[in-house]
Amino acid sequence: MHVVYPVVFAALLFSVGIYGVLARRNAILVLMSAELMLNAVNLNLVTFDMWLRDRLHGGQVLTLFTIVIAAAEVGLGLAIVLLLFRNRRNIDVDRQDTLREPEEVR
Amino acid sequence: MTAQEIVFSALGVLAVGSGVLVVSTRQLVHAALWLVVSFGALAGMYLVLTAEFVAWVQVLIYVGAVVVLLLFGIMLTRAPIGRSDELDSGNRIAALAVAGATGVTLVTLLVRGFQDAKIDLKPGSGSGGAVGESLFRTWVLPFEVLSVLLLAALIGAIVLSRGGGED
Repeated sequence: MHVVYPVVFAALLFSVGIYGVLARRNAILVLMSAELMLNAVNLNLVTFDMWLRDRLHGGQVLTLFTIVIAAAEVGLGLAIVLLLFRNRRNIDVDRQDTLREPEEVR
Repeated sequence: MTAQEIVFSALGVLAVGSGVLVVSTRQLVHAALWLVVSFGALAGMYLVLTAEFVAWVQVLIYVGAVVVLLLFGIMLTRAPIGRSDELDSGNRIAALAVAGATGVTLVTLLVRGFQDAKIDLKPGSGSGGAVGESLFRTWVLPFEVLSVLLLAALIGAIVLSRGGGED
């Protein structure tokens, strides 16, 4: 199998994730898009592990580590989102503008 | 195109297509369900790449745990369940430009770079035995550090969501 196929699909998935992080307003959807980007990286890791025939299986082991870190990230991210919801009653990322510069400075 | 490449491309189109639906659908719950389809197709891609263990971990953790966690988050924040036009922010055009530029750049670069590279897929190197052996021989220290990290993250999530730190 050509290396191009998995690598191109990973790149496409990554750019879909970038679009989601930048364009979505709901914080949970932003988290979902970040998951898409992490999955694209995982696909790359597995592909290169299989291509290079790594004797230590570094790519696959790193994929497992990334999956664990993604799970921890989603847990913490959702805790922060829930805290935000409890304090602000909305979780829209472009309405969290407490730290914005006042209008006359801009 | 070999049979492997055809199956892999079909799964890849499924994964990318449902990923596009995740970032473009107008219903929040549907986004989570399309995420299940995307992760499932990715697990199939891992299977085609003969990484069986990673594929089943993907199904267990992503499809089983992460999506359920996200659905809990959707319910607990009383998000709009039906159609909603509030899910996208105003900078969709800029986001589309950035994502398109990233995609075009990466795809051009990778296609030119890996034109002649071929994977020789032989089953065995992705089995639970092989991965577990290297995980618990070579990578055992990072593995243990990672379990401490996961514990710390879960305790942090509990502390954050218990709320009312100072009062």
